[in-house]
Amino acid sequence: MSPMSLEAMAASIPDGSLVAIPPDNSLPSVALAKALVRRGAHDLRLLGVPVSGFATDILIGAGCVAEVQTSAVSLGEAGFAPRFSAAVRAGSIVVRDATCPAIHTMLQAAEKGVPFIPLRGLIGSDILANRPDWTVIPNPFAAAGEDPIVLLPALSPDVVIFHAVMADEAGNVWVGRRRELATIAHASARALVTVERVVPGNFLEDERLAPGAINATYIEAVAIAERGAHPIQLLDEYGFDADYVADYARMAKTEAGFREWLQREVFEPARLAAE
Amino acid sequence: MSDIKLEERLAAVLARLILDPTAKPARHIAVGAASPIPAAACWLVKLQDHPVRLSLLHKRSGNPFTEGTRELFDLTGQGRIDLFFLGGGQIDGGANLNLVGTGDWPGRGVRFPGSFGSAFMYPMAHRTILFREEHSPRVLVEKVDNISAPGTSPPGVFRRGHAQALVTGKCVFRFHPERARFSLDSVHPGETIESVRAATGFDFDVDDAVPVTEDPTEAELALLRGPVCDEMVETYPEFCARVFNRKMAA
Repeated sequence: MSPMSLEAMAASIPDGSLVAIPPDNSLPSVALAKALVRRGAHDLRLLGVPVSGFATDILIGAGCVAEVQTSAVSLGEAGFAPRFSAAVRAGSIVVRDATCPAIHTMLQAAEKGVPFIPLRGLIGSDILANRPDWTVIPNPFAAAGEDPIVLLPALSPDVVIFHAVMADEAGNVWVGRRRELATIAHASARALVTVERVVPGNFLEDERLAPGAINATYIEAVAIAERGAHPIQLLDEYGFDADYVADYARMAKTEAGFREWLQREVFEPARLAAE
Repeated sequence: MSDIKLEERLAAVLARLILDPTAKPARHIAVGAASPIPAAACWLVKLQDHPVRLSLLHKRSGNPFTEGTRELFDLTGQGRIDLFFLGGGQIDGGANLNLVGTGDWPGRGVRFPGSFGSAFMYPMAHRTILFREEHSPRVLVEKVDNISAPGTSPPGVFRRGHAQALVTGKCVFRFHPERARFSLDSVHPGETIESVRAATGFDFDVDDAVPVTEDPTEAELALLRGPVCDEMVETYPEFCARVFNRKMAA
């Protein structure tokens, strides 16, 4: 397994793709999101699994996104996501509201290779009323006509992007306790993973590492991006950079401020690195 | 003991609701995003030596789940979560919650972050305590613009629990699912039935005499300011600095 470059990885994601992204407590690849901005991606359909945060707000602000399916978009303690809020106000993106367990469950159906899956709750919520792709049937195992239950279609993203701590020589990646990422990788046609480092050996031959590993079967490619989750926490490797996110939240309140932030934090560092 | 802060009062009120002897015992409580006061209430219960398991979703180290939030929803689907906390950008007199936004779908007026897991957690947890510190007519509305999660469900729809209570910065309401209405349970010091009515957009039931919300005891305050703060300072540093005047060691 030899890593590819971050920019080549971004180039391999076609415009219009359905891209699954984990939230800010579960190893998003901010580095790859920034690379997608640099390559000028457009019409991406983002899927927050199950909610969306910093990376999604940048991609929306930079005009890369046509649609977002998610259960919430937020910068956590830094407040509402400013570019998402502006896009909803302007009507410039399609928002398909979901609820967290529905997103997990639709991916679990794809992981199993079944066309649909039932889920409790949701009945009486306007989320269900605004999802023509979700349906309600009577529980076929209850007495006739009783116990209505929601059916969700399987959901298979074109690609999932996330940031793992490390990859091994065999192409397995290690995500520690964030094993929900395995479900997304299993359900997606492609998994593109940035990592802090590539290490010798094979995680699956180590009892202590194997439970936090995702098998290379599901991983299409790995790119090295040091501090690739920053400003988001990466397990016990580095913490959340609250000042960086608060600065973003302040600047991205306006379109001009956001453009200035993009120049300083996304375009300029890459230009300097290339020199 | 120094003056009681509102946050301390609210944490103590929530702790008493958690321990309500008329409710099914809360053996496993989950606390979601950005909820320092409910988290403080849970720690207050646990540190009073009540047998309770706490799953704090946003704990920065030692997160309780190894399958992310997916595990929380599976636990709740099975009925293993006894108590959950929810809030809302709008909450109405039928305990319907709006976390999506005001105006037309999907929140073309003011967009809130989104529904999170509420459409599932509210009906599937054994009980839910609603908590929203801001008590104003823009939050407590007659009818929510959009329903993220309904307060009650039609007969025949599987539902495990409802709102137990709604706690705000002004009062405690109890919810009565059989008539889908709130009643005023107590008013915090300085508030009256009239001041609560003036700040509330929905109609609610009032008994002849509504008591003042009990103060936290000296023992509760000592726990909150000491051991509860110790447990919370890593996840909620700003809250602990502001309320308990505690700075995290560098």
